[in-house]
Amino acid sequence: MTNTVVDSVEGEAGNFTVELTKKPKYILEDRCTGCTTCVENCPVTYPDVFNQKISTNKAIHIYFPQAIPLVAYIDESCIYLKEKKCRICSAVCKNDAIDFNQRPRKKQINIGAIILSPGIEPFDPRVRAEYRYGEYANVITSLDYERLLSSTGPFQGEVLRPSDNKHPKNIAWIQCVGSRQILEGANTYCSAVCCTYTQKQVILTKDHSPESECTIFHNDIRAYGKDFERYYDKAESLPGVRFIRSYVTIGKEIPGSKNITIRYATNDDGVKEEEFDMVVLSIGLNPPKDFKGIAAKFGIELESHGFCKTDPVNPIETTRAGVFISGAFQGPVDIPESVFGASGAGARVGELLRKRRGGLSKARVYPTERDVSEETPKIGVFVCHCGANIGRIVNVPSVVDYALSLPNVVYAQEQLFSCATNSAQQITDLAKEKGLNRVVVAACSPRTLEPLFRDTVREAGINQYFFEMANIREHCSWVHSKEKEKATEKAKDIVRMSVARACLLEPLREYDLPVNKAALVVGGGIAGMTCALSIANQGHEVYLIEKTSELGGMAKKVRYTLEGVDPAAVVQDLVSKVHKHPAVHVYTDAAITDATGYVGNFQTTIKSKRGPALIKHGAAVMAIGADLYTPTEYLYGQDDKVLTQVELEQKIADGEKSVTSCRSLAMIQCVGCRQADRNYCSRICCGHAIKNALKLREINPETDIHIYFRDMRTYGLKEDFYREASEKDIKFIRYEPSQKPLVEAVVEEGRPVLRVSAPDPVLGQMLAIDADLLVLSAAVLPSAATAEMASLFKVPLSPDGFFKEAHVKLKPVDFGTDGVYLCGAAHYPKFMKESVSQALGAAGRVLTLLSRDTVVASGSVCEVDKNMCVSCGACITVCNYGAIEFENTPLGRKAVVNPVLCKGDGVCNTKCPTNAIQLKHFTDEELLSAIDAAME
Amino acid sequence: MCSGRVDPSFVLRAFSKGADGVFIGACHLNECNYITNGNFQALSMVSIFRKIMQYVGLNPERLKLGFVSGSEAGLYTEHVSSFVEKIKELGPIGKGEGISQDGLDLKLRAITSLIPYIRLVERERLRITLKTEAEIERFFASDEVNGLFDELLAGKLAIGQIMLLLRQGPRSTAEISEALGLSPSEVSRRLNTSSKHGLVRYDVNCKRYVAAP
Repeated sequence: MTNTVVDSVEGEAGNFTVELTKKPKYILEDRCTGCTTCVENCPVTYPDVFNQKISTNKAIHIYFPQAIPLVAYIDESCIYLKEKKCRICSAVCKNDAIDFNQRPRKKQINIGAIILSPGIEPFDPRVRAEYRYGEYANVITSLDYERLLSSTGPFQGEVLRPSDNKHPKNIAWIQCVGSRQILEGANTYCSAVCCTYTQKQVILTKDHSPESECTIFHNDIRAYGKDFERYYDKAESLPGVRFIRSYVTIGKEIPGSKNITIRYATNDDGVKEEEFDMVVLSIGLNPPKDFKGIAAKFGIELESHGFCKTDPVNPIETTRAGVFISGAFQGPVDIPESVFGASGAGARVGELLRKRRGGLSKARVYPTERDVSEETPKIGVFVCHCGANIGRIVNVPSVVDYALSLPNVVYAQEQLFSCATNSAQQITDLAKEKGLNRVVVAACSPRTLEPLFRDTVREAGINQYFFEMANIREHCSWVHSKEKEKATEKAKDIVRMSVARACLLEPLREYDLPVNKAALVVGGGIAGMTCALSIANQGHEVYLIEKTSELGGMAKKVRYTLEGVDPAAVVQDLVSKVHKHPAVHVYTDAAITDATGYVGNFQTTIKSKRGPALIKHGAAVMAIGADLYTPTEYLYGQDDKVLTQVELEQKIADGEKSVTSCRSLAMIQCVGCRQADRNYCSRICCGHAIKNALKLREINPETDIHIYFRDMRTYGLKEDFYREASEKDIKFIRYEPSQKPLVEAVVEEGRPVLRVSAPDPVLGQMLAIDADLLVLSAAVLPSAATAEMASLFKVPLSPDGFFKEAHVKLKPVDFGTDGVYLCGAAHYPKFMKESVSQALGAAGRVLTLLSRDTVVASGSVCEVDKNMCVSCGACITVCNYGAIEFENTPLGRKAVVNPVLCKGDGVCNTKCPTNAIQLKHFTDEELLSAIDAAME
Repeated sequence: MCSGRVDPSFVLRAFSKGADGVFIGACHLNECNYITNGNFQALSMVSIFRKIMQYVGLNPERLKLGFVSGSEAGLYTEHVSSFVEKIKELGPIGKGEGISQDGLDLKLRAITSLIPYIRLVERERLRITLKTEAEIERFFASDEVNGLFDELLAGKLAIGQIMLLLRQGPRSTAEISEALGLSPSEVSRRLNTSSKHGLVRYDVNCKRYVAAP
């Protein structure tokens, strides 16, 4: 229900009554085909809001090219709505989809739970006049720049600056605009995403025009997310890219050129003023626009900045039962946190509405598949314009004509967006009408839309493997935007290859596999227990495996948190719930000795105090946590005045005198990470150091506390604690990795101390501090068991040795291996509440599997021709999935593929000396036919 | 489908249909989309294939493997553009090497017929567990591997070509040498071995070698 607002919410968890108003679009959605004829003819031009008002749009328009539903709407700039004139759109619409009689419609719905995902509002730099946004033409925001970079943006992906629509060569970014500032209208917190999105913009800018100069003025670089450190390295090492650590002031706009000057400080030359063609303000994230209204309407509380007040250990839970949140309403978060939080909110709703699960669902019924084995290929080709993405470059009608000239093609046509619901329906209808037995869609990458089109041909009673996709967008129009004619020829080549391959495609069968309804959770820390409980609360048996003798994991070492949570109480509460829950079966002192099977049907052998056991389960969750680095640096292990943060925390909590009466204490950050052999940020250490420093300050206001850091990465709302620490006279000294602090044990005036010396980057001199205690922020390491678990459950590791999720942004709790999920620090170091959110996210993903009775295994798997197999085992040696085994057959010992385990990579095919093993849907014959067609 | 699925026969087919260069795109090493690390197999296949091209007198630079992720359009363009430049420099396949069309066909067919054998050699002698591209490159450039190629593949490739040529009709040593771009001494050596194995015989009437029936 788009264009719809919530008016009121009544009731309680499990039974809410919500009043909605659906605002008029003046369009009959089921009639609109998204053809945009009305848009072309509409006389009212006004700034396009989606493109940041850089380009223009019409009063009737589609919000953006991938909008769902892909239909037009009319907004308040329409002259008919204002003055009762015009109605051109009604006249040109061939489908009579315009309806000016629409009025706001009230609707009441009865629901059990509410998830709030209102998102954020970008910071508006106009509230701070010194940024000159709106005053100097070439000062733009990062969101403006994002649209400029986009191929669906105002200039189709060309970066043109506002004053003269020319390519800027020399661009500056200013970080922390509206973030980390104690200024009227700005925010004190860190917006958590700007450092990395700026690096992305820099990398894309260099992609667009390698000769451009990029300068980033920044405070701390907060590359705290998974793989972010490497990404930062990548951006920083590009030629023509400068990262300059300095506060800046926007100077003047040069008359004539309209270039902008920026004043910044350098360590060597004092204040400099430099000229740039364009300045991008890396704006931060504000709470959603009407946060007070949202809070009042849904009866929830807010925290001091206007974000949602959540449970301190569970960022999904609001102050009202039955109302959950996902995304950045909890405070600034990046995409992975938003995605797993959303899945987690789904899991919490699943717990609440468990008894009603599936009550409204209807089974999808496909028509019976037509047997086409006796027919010659009858191919239909649909060529997509993808709005302007393809059509602007490739001459689509000529590709259609060309397709019609190819052998076996009996039908071809163009489509504006083949993926739109109405277009897909058209494919289905035409396939039936024309008696097609194969369909080729020439559009984008099969990676995103192949499943949709397979479904489309299935609807027409055709086996879905008779569908073939020709990628004329990523492989053609997007890379040849400047050579339209050649791009059109290439599109024809690609279509010819697909048609050739389509002729040889075979109908394949997919396998329906029953799903065992139990889950296995490996690791009994906060993440594992949270995940296990959520799954159990949704009605499934859970086996929780812990290698040590008790549950609790790393959290047992945490004695307090920045937000004032008592971790011991949290652990205790979870442990007692886990033990009391009849569906959670806990195995402590347990080790996994073997794991076999596949999605929906795993068999895991464990040994534990209770003896050996074979567990049958449908899903598995890796929640094995992480380890802590034992430093070898800075006299750790040699001098007992050198501690790790975790050790300090124990001593603080236990009130040890050496700590509470300490005169001077120094901390060193980034010990064991952000270096060549461990090129990642351990994420939690800056927060950890601030937490301990503030606690010490509370205990003893006299202690001198120095923190040696590279970048303070107190991202998001944790920034406020960093500020508090600075205000409480905790001193921060930045060091460069090339000049790490030197630590020596000396005796000063009879007092044994650790002398920490480091160059002061501002003064350029060595500064020495004598500390009674030195505390090292030691890196978080992948758990020692990670590699073993990875090999048992056949899941991959990322370069740093943590588990590698299926997609770093969009599938942060899934593995590429179906049925296996991950959460907590095993994925990457994270704070407790992030672990809880991810654990619930994993539970949500597990439920999407366990709530089904069957899963479907792909038909594109390998198959052995037994007559040709010489039993050499070459295929078996390269299959890490363990999908191929020898089997004794009447023809002798032969290799046999388990189609459920095979993932269709086909590496085995190239190893077989007799070509006995073939990957179905990608057979030698099919691929060679495409090669032949390419060379025609 | 993985880059490790790219079969030497695909590359050969492209060359024999007139492609002057073949580019294979693969995921970055150690960033496998599956868990099989098939891109290492692709790298190994390409390394072996390039050596074989060298042995039969084709420029190995006509085959290139590039590691690019889906989000690296810039890098991909760079790879492809520089490769296209390179191929333009090399000229059409065969012609660029000074080999006739017939000679080229023979060579490609000779390699094709050896694919099962090459797979065996790869599995038994060249299967590697090295982790970086540089290590793998060093391995394939090593004396050990070169020796292995000389011992196991050079003879088979030469004889394969000679046999295919002789099946077209009797040829003298000089004619064979000319057609295949092999030195006369190598041709004599290979013919000696082949006649001992009964694959060819010297026909005294026409004073030329013929393929044994």
